Amino acid sequence: MSACVAIGIDVGSTTCKLVAVDAAGEILERRVEPTHPRIEQQAERLIAELRAKVGGAPPVGATGYGRKRVPQATRSLTEITCHAKGAFRLARRGGVLVDMGGQDTKVVRIGDAGEVRDFSMNDKCAAGTGRFLEVILGRLQVPMIEVGALAARAERPIAVSSTCTVFAESEVISLVAQGEPVEGIVKGLHHSLATRVASLAGALPDGAEIFMSGGVALNAAMVAALEAALRRKVRVLSEPQLVGALGAALSLS
Amino acid sequence: MITRRVQYEVAGRLAGPALFRLEAWQQRVKKMRKGPRKSAIFGPPLECVSKLKELMGTHYLQGRYADGAVPVAWVTSGFPVEILRPLGFHAVYPENHAALCSVQRVVPELSDAVEKEGYARDLCSYARTDIGSVVTGKTPVGRLPKPDVLLCCTNICQTVLYWYRALAAHFNVPLVLMDTPFVYGEAKPHHRQYVRDQLEELVDVAERVGGKRVDPEELEEVVRVARDGTRLWGECLAASRAKPAPWTGIDGFFHIAPIVTLRGTRQCNAYYRMLLDELNDRVAKGIGGIVNERHRLLWDNLPIWFDVRGLSTLMAERGFNFVVTTYTNAWAEAGSRIDPADPIGSAVVAYTDIILNQDLNKRLDTMRRLSRDYSVDGAVLHSDRSCKPYSIGQIDLKQRLAKELDMRVLVLEADHGDPRAYAKEQGEGRLTAFMEGFS
Ligand code: SF4
Repeated sequence: MSACVAIGIDVGSTTCKLVAVDAAGEILERRVEPTHPRIEQQAERLIAELRAKVGGAPPVGATGYGRKRVPQATRSLTEITCHAKGAFRLARRGGVLVDMGGQDTKVVRIGDAGEVRDFSMNDKCAAGTGRFLEVILGRLQVPMIEVGALAARAERPIAVSSTCTVFAESEVISLVAQGEPVEGIVKGLHHSLATRVASLAGALPDGAEIFMSGGVALNAAMVAALEAALRRKVRVLSEPQLVGALGAALSLS
Repeated sequence: MITRRVQYEVAGRLAGPALFRLEAWQQRVKKMRKGPRKSAIFGPPLECVSKLKELMGTHYLQGRYADGAVPVAWVTSGFPVEILRPLGFHAVYPENHAALCSVQRVVPELSDAVEKEGYARDLCSYARTDIGSVVTGKTPVGRLPKPDVLLCCTNICQTVLYWYRALAAHFNVPLVLMDTPFVYGEAKPHHRQYVRDQLEELVDVAERVGGKRVDPEELEEVVRVARDGTRLWGECLAASRAKPAPWTGIDGFFHIAPIVTLRGTRQCNAYYRMLLDELNDRVAKGIGGIVNERHRLLWDNLPIWFDVRGLSTLMAERGFNFVVTTYTNAWAEAGSRIDPADPIGSAVVAYTDIILNQDLNKRLDTMRRLSRDYSVDGAVLHSDRSCKPYSIGQIDLKQRLAKELDMRVLVLEADHGDPRAYAKEQGEGRLTAFMEGFS
């Protein structure tokens, strides 16, 4: 195994992600855990575990909303910058990154040198985020893992017009009560979310590739809905949940 | 009436200045004892600040005794106040007062009071703050004098009309409206005539309330003073074309108070002459508003009054300074067009053709020009939840600026007055990500 040169930690609102990378930026080790309220202790423990595994004491770069609570970090940068760095390393080119995490969704335009050209984010609201899906799917008792297959089976999407998490939840309950098929509702839900993300993305530059990162990228139904809304192919980055942590590790090189 | 008048004059001429000078003196003594405060982020504080406090503090102190002593008008910020000065009016600026309330962080409390009365939280926070202060009687300035007349000009927004109507109902005093049609491209002659007719009527009403006629010579003099004051303010802002800028855009937000509320008075001009001397001196000595100016930014829209300090510190720590703002600049442009030789005719143009009353192309032109003149390399457009007319179109403006001037532009969602409409953590995250993009 090549030597680890840096550790990246991404303390998100839902999960805490860590990677250890070698000099070429390859991921050697990874950890993903639900974020604890006591971030300092959790980060300390996970960093110690990772260091024990890879040997030595590689420096730590931090990102995510809890980045300021990682005292071991020698550098801390926002998720925007780190996601761009991580995505550029994985895609090896510029493009438009859609990151759908637990608390927010961001669209980052990455230049040809890997720089952030512009970004937009959903504001102050869970609508359009992973949390929105989690709440509603929880209501429908659909496990995340089955979502893709379920939505693919739907004959047609049932329109869910509300993008507010609270309102959409009651809307979905009444759709179920009206006997609408769950597959159709699930598909409709993803459509409604994808439309929101598409409006966040605005006019996409011609020919720009679209990448996707964040935990929600593992959900095939969301990727399909996004492709439909953007009318573009969406490339899911490998290990999409770890892109931010990877960027944080790369920020040290 | 006579005692009231004596109180008013004493407060304005003796008590106010004495009180604030004493305070400034105490501060100086404290500073001498402790040694000068040295910041690693900001340049030395402006010496003028104590004078600004004296000027504005005295204005509000004197205001407490104004009703019953002199005619009192409550006016919108874009109102041609010049015509009131020869008649001896005391002019109250509810917007300035609301900004003060926001800095003092009392907006939620005042707003709660009006929300209980049925006003929506979507209403501009200036309006909520002001009406809240009126219905509760609470204000950080002690007391605001009751108006004899309300004077409202719609050149900034339509909200003011409904807000002033509510005030008129509360105080049971006349409301006089000056309606300025929105300008697409150039204003048409019949628009100008329409505004002119209203302005002439307004002089009539002001004369009736003030109990005397406007002396044309006095008006000419006031207009000259107002124009010169506006130009002086413009020169103060222009000092920031120097690198490093001798002060911060955030300082500018505070130093704007005299040109808004005391325009057309000698004290106002005397103050800006002093400020200009100090700024020029700093430029000559290479003293910056922030210690390490690495990037120069433009700010669009009103400030986030309740968090200006926090925000400028966040930016200054990383070497970013807002060297120019469209908001402070607006006050350097409109008034410079008024002409003592034609007070009414020139006021028609000056008060119609202001940034908030003109189409987006005009705004874009202004922003382009300012960006070049002040050599900025980025811009933050504050999308102000309260001020819709100022915030509309910012996404387009952002795209055009970014493309045409090849600069980084961020749209920041916040509010100028109400901290409840601003997600500080998220806002600071956006700004930090924006700044990271520069390196
Ligand atoms: S809406 Fe805007 S222009 Fe109108 S009073 Fe409020 S801040 Fe001023």
